[in-house]
Amino acid sequence: MPAVENTVLICAGGACISAGEKSVKEVFEDTLKKYSLETVVRVVETGCMGACDLGPILVIYPEGVFYQKVNAENAAQIVEEHILKGRVVERLLYKGDTGELKTKPQEELPFFTEQVKIATRNLGVIDPLSIDEYIARDGYFALHKALFEIGPEKVLETLKKSELKGRGGAGFPTWMKWDFTRKAQGDTKYIICNADEGDPGAFMDRAVLEGDPHTIVEAMTIAAYTVGAQKGFVYVRAEYPLAIERLTFAMEKAREYGLLGNNILGTDFSFDLEIRIGAGAFVCGEETALINSIEGKRGIPRVKPPFPANKGLWGKPTLLNNVETYANIPPIIINGGEWFSQYGVEGSKGTKVFALAGNVKNTGLVEVPMGITVRKLIYDIGGGIPGGKRLKSIQTGGPSGGCIPLEHLDTPITYDNLKKLGTIVGSGGMVVMDEDSCMVDVAKYFLEFTVEESCGQCTPCRDGTRRMLEILERITEGEGTMEDLDLLKELGENIMATSLCGLGQTAPQPVLSTMRYFWHEYEAHVLEKKCPAKRCKPLMRVVIDKDKCVGCTACARVCPVNAISGAVRKPHEIDPEICTRCGSCLAVCRFNAISKVSP
Amino acid sequence: MSVVTCPDCENLFAELDRYIDSVKDNTGVLINVLHKAQEIFGYLSEEVQQHVSEKLNVPLSQVYGVVTFYNFFTMKPKGKHQIKVCLGTACYVKGADKIMERLQDELKVPMNQPTADGKFSIHAVRCLGACSMAPVVLIGEDDYYGRVTPDEVSKILDKYRRAE
Repeated sequence: MPAVENTVLICAGGACISAGEKSVKEVFEDTLKKYSLETVVRVVETGCMGACDLGPILVIYPEGVFYQKVNAENAAQIVEEHILKGRVVERLLYKGDTGELKTKPQEELPFFTEQVKIATRNLGVIDPLSIDEYIARDGYFALHKALFEIGPEKVLETLKKSELKGRGGAGFPTWMKWDFTRKAQGDTKYIICNADEGDPGAFMDRAVLEGDPHTIVEAMTIAAYTVGAQKGFVYVRAEYPLAIERLTFAMEKAREYGLLGNNILGTDFSFDLEIRIGAGAFVCGEETALINSIEGKRGIPRVKPPFPANKGLWGKPTLLNNVETYANIPPIIINGGEWFSQYGVEGSKGTKVFALAGNVKNTGLVEVPMGITVRKLIYDIGGGIPGGKRLKSIQTGGPSGGCIPLEHLDTPITYDNLKKLGTIVGSGGMVVMDEDSCMVDVAKYFLEFTVEESCGQCTPCRDGTRRMLEILERITEGEGTMEDLDLLKELGENIMATSLCGLGQTAPQPVLSTMRYFWHEYEAHVLEKKCPAKRCKPLMRVVIDKDKCVGCTACARVCPVNAISGAVRKPHEIDPEICTRCGSCLAVCRFNAISKVSP
Repeated sequence: MSVVTCPDCENLFAELDRYIDSVKDNTGVLINVLHKAQEIFGYLSEEVQQHVSEKLNVPLSQVYGVVTFYNFFTMKPKGKHQIKVCLGTACYVKGADKIMERLQDELKVPMNQPTADGKFSIHAVRCLGACSMAPVVLIGEDDYYGRVTPDEVSKILDKYRRAE
């Protein structure tokens, strides 16, 4: 077999796949065959590299040249130029703000260099299908260390020193959960991995499952050994079929290698895993609802206590952690608790993966030490706001969280700080919103979500959130009153105080948080019947400026409802009765003659 | 017993039974079985639910309860090409509602209802986890479309219209 001269890593994360990664890989491999290069060039599909807006991404080693936004056509050119002739294809390199070419942005740009990758250490580096590559990156060494060197007590001690907290949203100290389950009475115990990543805007769990599935298998096996469990379940969303496929494959390989199943690593410790697929219910991210769902029931939360550590799956002691939390475990066991707690700040140690999305230049996944300021995350790493727009707020924690306004940009991101601001770290979704976002509409969007996802078990959440949504609908239609605003606040506080589970207890958060920081927007909707961001359709119109319109007819041609009339080369007009405010005409007008107005 | 109403039903039920037999010793497999049943039949009709209830020895009320609880399960047939529009936060900020509107205009059907020719149905999904490519549309299981604009909708649909 000839020696491999080049290894080509193609990012096969969710964003790159939706940008056409499959056809890039196909063309790339076909072109290699055409030049009989397929034996000397190895093509590997990796997990998410994080720089999602640059996808599809292709990195060629040994040089480490980073090609971005590759498509099927220029994939062939990369083979013909770079591989065959050794010439870098400059057209496809990353360009800095001033247009300078960067061959290896992964070594220069703050987006990459400011990151500390622990949970995502293997993403974009290894072939997720290869257990050998995982092992080559110290994979399963932590399991070996736990089993043969340190034992369960020391594992717990290491976790305690690391000060790792649950990364799924609640932020509960991980070692305590493990300790409770270990101390719980009973011979049968279960381990669960919560991979029901439901917060819209967060996709780190998907990335870890798809890009480094073995880390979950290893961490869960260590957990089982520590607390004394025999069986584990990974509860994955049905929306993540690739994650399910990769994880299933990883489990098979681990069994083959004696790292999962009976007599792990030749010891008398046995543990096995099973995957359970969710069926689309946000509430199943709540641990007791998830347990009901694994039991094959409707996913409705149980009353706590008893906590799962004592009475969980089928009434047995159960340890439940989320994907990102597990992904931190193996490196912590190998390197020690102090190593992990050197990152971060008091009360929030280690790193956290954030999913940057929305109106920010560099969207994608980033893992940074906790305590980083919001400003640094959005501007240095995220590259700021595109299109010359102004930042308005950052939404964190999804439907259970709130927003961070401009005046708090210099807040270090910690569990406590965000709580003080009226939001949460949550699972790490950060949706950046620019001046075009209407905060009342944002609140309405999240309420629509919770109304639909409320399981219906307890009244405050089932009926209360619905009433709140009705009020928000009135406000965004220009029918709201000031009394409505008072009622909204009162309802929200009551729902938070009286709901059974985390979903209801946090559901009003997006409303209360936007009311706290963007009260003037609520007032504008109610008192002036205006939507300052010109987003709420009943409160805005699209108009053509007669002086600027040259009558090119571009807008009339694109209007899906024929609301625009006018003779050629004469100013056009929009009939507000027919217009659906879709904005198609705005996008095609080359004379800046069309604008949105809020009366 | 189940009433056989479709020409190929006997085979389909046999396929489902083979799956049920392979997993029925495990506890709490109802949701897995319903996933398989929906994969085989396309949707979960009364007959299918009754069949599952009998085979697993789970009360029909519980089967129905689970089917109606989870968004993923449907009791109505879907279109041949299921168009899933992501309405996650990032997609919402980038105007997914406009994509949704345009799709409904273009196909002249509301959400969750197949077109008259049975080719398409439109569904809203919560976060497909490809937030950087927002707004995202997924057709079938594998065809992702990122950074979709309303004006591209018709072009995307044409691919599937032509493929017939």
